[in-house]
Amino acid sequence: MADTLLEVRNLCHQFKLGRKAVIRAVDHVSFDLKRGEIFGLVGESGSGKSTLARCIMNICKPQSGQILYDGIDTTDRQAFRKNKTRLQQERQLIFQDSASALNQRMKLCDIVSEPMSIHHIKPKRGSLREEAAFQLHYVGMDRSYLDKYPSEISGGQRQRVAIARAVSMEPKLLVADEPIASLDVSIQAQIINLFKHLRAEHNFSILFIAHDLAMVEYLCDRVGVMYRGSLVEMAPAKELFANPLHPYTKALLSAIPLPDPILERKRRRIDFDALEFSREGTFTEVLPGHFLLQKEAAE
Amino acid sequence: MSQLLEIKNLTVTVPGSGGTVHAVRDVSLTLRPGEVLALVGESGCGKSMLCKSIMGLLPKSARIQQGSITVDGRDITLCSQREMRRLRGTLMSIIFQDPMTVLDPTMTIGAQIEEAVAHVDKSLSKKQRHARVLELMEMVGIENPEERSRLYPYNFSGGMRQRSVMAIALAGNPRILLADEPTTALDVTIQAQIIDLLRDIQQRLGTATILVSHDLGVVARAADRVAIMYAGKIVEIGTAEEVYYDPRHPYTWGLMQSLPALSKGKESLHTIPGMPPTLVAPPKGDAFACRNEYALAIDYEQEPPMFQITDTHYAATWLLDPRAPKIPCPMGGGLHG
Repeated sequence: MADTLLEVRNLCHQFKLGRKAVIRAVDHVSFDLKRGEIFGLVGESGSGKSTLARCIMNICKPQSGQILYDGIDTTDRQAFRKNKTRLQQERQLIFQDSASALNQRMKLCDIVSEPMSIHHIKPKRGSLREEAAFQLHYVGMDRSYLDKYPSEISGGQRQRVAIARAVSMEPKLLVADEPIASLDVSIQAQIINLFKHLRAEHNFSILFIAHDLAMVEYLCDRVGVMYRGSLVEMAPAKELFANPLHPYTKALLSAIPLPDPILERKRRRIDFDALEFSREGTFTEVLPGHFLLQKEAAE
Repeated sequence: MSQLLEIKNLTVTVPGSGGTVHAVRDVSLTLRPGEVLALVGESGCGKSMLCKSIMGLLPKSARIQQGSITVDGRDITLCSQREMRRLRGTLMSIIFQDPMTVLDPTMTIGAQIEEAVAHVDKSLSKKQRHARVLELMEMVGIENPEERSRLYPYNFSGGMRQRSVMAIALAGNPRILLADEPTTALDVTIQAQIIDLLRDIQQRLGTATILVSHDLGVVARAADRVAIMYAGKIVEIGTAEEVYYDPRHPYTWGLMQSLPALSKGKESLHTIPGMPPTLVAPPKGDAFACRNEYALAIDYEQEPPMFQITDTHYAATWLLDPRAPKIPCPMGGGLHG
């Protein structure tokens, strides 16, 4: 079995605005995701993180480039159709806004067990209801929630239901699009611990999209930084936070607020001038495992 | 008269279908001119309700059961709606979380700021109003104000919209500025800019600010004093240094420990077990007791009073009673441990 689960090669996706204007939401992005790895994707809003996630999940159709999932090119229609069931079962997506991702008219037990009934999977624990109870218990919610509706529970609990639903298929690849952005600090910690646990116990590969850089540093093995549709820097988390090379990454890291008043008040922010940025250049490995978008003529 | 704002034993209840919600329970705090006080707590702990009580913007069904809010020597809980309308904008202003829902999408930014300017000083001529709009826009860091004032909210990015909202809030030179999670909807880089701007304006104009946030990092950057709220009550209040480097309440410990910055290299993040209580029927005794690993028997029986630690630092936990066992802070001397 290959070590790499997901490989994205030169992916481009554009949104057309009217006749002439085009937004290059994802622009020549390449990266790979190893088995059992948590890959963090950070960047400001509008930098194309979610579009990239959507392309990976076949919700958006990219203009060009390849997405290889375990050797299957998911952008190729024939290959996708041939492996449709497998792709749909093994890849799961958690949306950012769980309030709109869950059907308001379904009870939690139906929401959680819906993927199983869609794929006609025989529940291991007797009934679909038992299965839903087990999955909810796994994310820290007890049986009393089975007959509740999404509107009756808090945001943190809704997010956990969304995770339970994604996890119920025992996916190999979990794409989490800002799963903790709307949650309280103590609930965030619970969700992050859950992700760590899933990786350790079930060897999930997780593509974790976030803008909370402190959490990304804590959770992820490798981190990619996106800016205006391009991946500008990619490195192991420790390396990136200790030694950021791209000016945008530096600005981003300097903006993380530290929970330390004396230190924080003294700190100076680094501003990144959007005009300095150019897409020109190639994505090269400058240090072992550390990739950077830079101009070639520098040498 | 050194206090600009003084809240005494404020209790606010909101009747709902599931029972009466005790949103704010017996809160007392003071705000001096020109200082930044941060209110920190989980969602549903009453932070926003407290802000709305200060602004006099409580929902119609809400009742102020007891207590007073004294602003500049005047108890605003006794003011009529008409009087409140005069005070809002000049004495106090508020910035809300989501700038898109606050701004009118069909009006230009300039017209919206001008509306606030006209509300505050009706004697100004059109020309003077326009000059004031440009001045305000410049103050909150919007470049090319002349040109930008003719644009609509949808032309603006999130950070620019929040700046425009700040310009509106500052139109009447308020003495108190309430910022209710002003950066939650924004990116990290923009968040840092807005927080710096808030701090800068506060220092330049001497506006006293109440900053509501759940991000302890943001609070560290901007606040002089910090109040930690839990289940409608203030459980710990002190200067930023005291709360961050010498926290005393177990809930504050829990909040600080769940930050990833403190768990570097550890297997898992610290979590506070359980959920915050619903405020429909607050539990007897200390509301935090059932989630508190250091809870004493008395915590389940009787609510702890505010114990004084220093002149400015107070915490409501029985652990500070002289008879209680001495429990050292689990982070070992706060964040520098």
